[in-house]
Amino acid sequence: MITWANFVSQLFNGLALGALLALISSGLTIIYGTLGVLNLAHGAMFMLGGYAGYAAYQASGSFIVAVIGGTVALLVVGVLMERIIIRRFYSRPHEDQLLVTFGLSICFVEAVRFFFSSQSLMVPPPKIFSGITNLGFMFYPTYRLAVVGIVAAALLALYVVLYRTRLGMIVRAGIEDSVMVDSLGINVDRVFMVVFGIGAMAAGFAGIVNAPVVSLTPEVGEAILVQTFVVVVIGGVGSFPGAVLGGLIAGEIISLTSMVNPGYAYVMLFAAMTLVLMVRPHGLLGTRGRE
Amino acid sequence: MHDRKSGSHQQGRRDFIRTSLGVAGGLALPMGFASRAFAADHPPIGTWPAGSSGNSIFIGIAVPRTGTYAVQGEDELKGWQLAIEHINEGNPLIKKISPKSKKGVLGKELKYGVADSGAKPNDAVQAQQRFITENKAILMTGSTSSAVAVALNKLAQREKVLYVTGISGSNDTTGKDCVRYGFRQCFYGQTAAAAIGPVVVKNYGKNKKAAYLTPDYTYGHTVTKSMQDYLATAGWTTATNQVAPLGAPDYSSYLLNVANSGADVLINVNWGHDAVLSIQQAKQFGILDKMKLVVPYQIPFLSRETGPALLADVYAATDFWWTLEDQYPLAKMFVEAFDKKFGYKPEWGANNAYMSFALWAEAVENAGSFYPPDVIKSFEAGRKIQSTVGEVYFRKEDHQLVRPVFIVKGKKPSAMKNKEDFYDVVETVPGAPLMQAPDAFGCHLGDYT
Repeated sequence: MITWANFVSQLFNGLALGALLALISSGLTIIYGTLGVLNLAHGAMFMLGGYAGYAAYQASGSFIVAVIGGTVALLVVGVLMERIIIRRFYSRPHEDQLLVTFGLSICFVEAVRFFFSSQSLMVPPPKIFSGITNLGFMFYPTYRLAVVGIVAAALLALYVVLYRTRLGMIVRAGIEDSVMVDSLGINVDRVFMVVFGIGAMAAGFAGIVNAPVVSLTPEVGEAILVQTFVVVVIGGVGSFPGAVLGGLIAGEIISLTSMVNPGYAYVMLFAAMTLVLMVRPHGLLGTRGRE
Repeated sequence: MHDRKSGSHQQGRRDFIRTSLGVAGGLALPMGFASRAFAADHPPIGTWPAGSSGNSIFIGIAVPRTGTYAVQGEDELKGWQLAIEHINEGNPLIKKISPKSKKGVLGKELKYGVADSGAKPNDAVQAQQRFITENKAILMTGSTSSAVAVALNKLAQREKVLYVTGISGSNDTTGKDCVRYGFRQCFYGQTAAAAIGPVVVKNYGKNKKAAYLTPDYTYGHTVTKSMQDYLATAGWTTATNQVAPLGAPDYSSYLLNVANSGADVLINVNWGHDAVLSIQQAKQFGILDKMKLVVPYQIPFLSRETGPALLADVYAATDFWWTLEDQYPLAKMFVEAFDKKFGYKPEWGANNAYMSFALWAEAVENAGSFYPPDVIKSFEAGRKIQSTVGEVYFRKEDHQLVRPVFIVKGKKPSAMKNKEDFYDVVETVPGAPLMQAPDAFGCHLGDYT
């Protein structure tokens, strides 16, 4: 139903959806850009972040502790996963990388199902962000408004790390030409570990921040994973600004299409991806040769 | 994604002489078993006679243990497991439903295999095809999605192996996609709408505007249509119908459309985790403070997952609720046995699963044979059968069980007498008047052989 009020509401909602997609996608795109590994376990890491945060919340009753718990837990999971398994796959074909990360995602999902069952779990938002806010043109859940701010802050932090630190410089150089970075005597091995950890941490952070919005289930990462791949393709593989732009575009496509015909919201997302692949195969902000 | 349970030993293919010997023995038995003798005169069909020539028979179960409907699938599975245990031991509850039952079915032990369908038709069909080929399954079950039920209906008819649906709310399952080899125990869109419609109109008035949340497949479309058709007779209109894919990760954009639609009542046809998420998010968007919520096809575990507060005073139509034990002695036996074994009160999916096997056992015992056409004719005989919801019978024209539908109303948390006391049963609606004419939904059952 197309009305002015609904259009503005959906436009705003698209921004909120897109911000979250941008954060999850940035982790995926940094890992792929630097390590060349297409991480199919990224959705499972989003889910694990939510559950680790849930466990921390149950133990402490504090949302802040839940966010810290979910984020740190996934940093640890990411580093361990890279050290124990992923690094053995850097020199192997992409198919092997896809299979091992896909296998890991199944293990993560089933492990969570074993310990927490398939029933939905809820992490309530912090008290100051509970309830509904009247924005004048619509009522919107206060916590969703807060998520936009939280995600914006997290993306800014990622930006600072990537563009204002030595590590970020190495990561960006690695995305452009990892052989050259290696030959300059930089310990690429350690950088890879850190990058994988940061990518996992971004997914975990998004997972717990998103937990009060969607109730947690072991499959919560699966649908998100598909969307994040679309975002990365639209924005450009390996491009952090591309992930942010792609996320916002994807959020708006889902929201605005649903205003016209909700049945086509996700169809249009894939149509947009196809269009980008036809016109700019390396994505909107990607660099030719990375795809 | 596929596991096997129990001692599901594959029955080797027996030669025909052995079958004949069995039949010769059968001839010496009383008249009630006579049809088994005649069955032997038939050429093999489906997995008959190979699947039932040994001491045990095999049932293939393809149920979602992952995905949007995983919680409901696990509950169903428990119902089937309890039924198999009861049938094998000759439990008094089974004997009340199927008076001819002793131990097993026609003296044969039931064994079973379980596969995860993920509520995907393709996965379910592949799993059942394996059970038919490798285990000579003589009965298939499993569905928590009507898309799966319709696909397994078609497989059953093609392979000539009986199929009893799990949960399936689509009108199509015993409507345009009905088959001779498929049977449904539970209620469905048409009966749900006809049962809850009057309650909704009585409580919320005539000439109202409704917003629908509809999952985008046969179940969602048919249930929404049945609700729209019924409510139109009371002057209701559809303000918006938000169709979403199964397993949508977020409902915010759909809910904004609902919020801006000017509807008085939100009719949520979503199911499984989709229902949990959409109801929780409707609350977050303030919609439940402005609109009445109605759940036309109740979802097992919904109250446990959303918390009872969100469903307080919400009307839903359902197949079974455990407090029916106060009305029906067999329901009491079932609830007690289930609670004892699994540690919680059964939801309607588990009851449906249990009853579907019990009714199949009753049909086979009365047929006196596993020969599929004989079993089908036994189902179609229209015998009145005692069940956990009183007397029921199958309608021979579309293989739909004629059974009551219950209207429940969510209790406020403060009114709950115990932690599982989520609903009051406010109405028991007899089944027959709720049902459409047998041919109204285009059912053509197909051949016996």
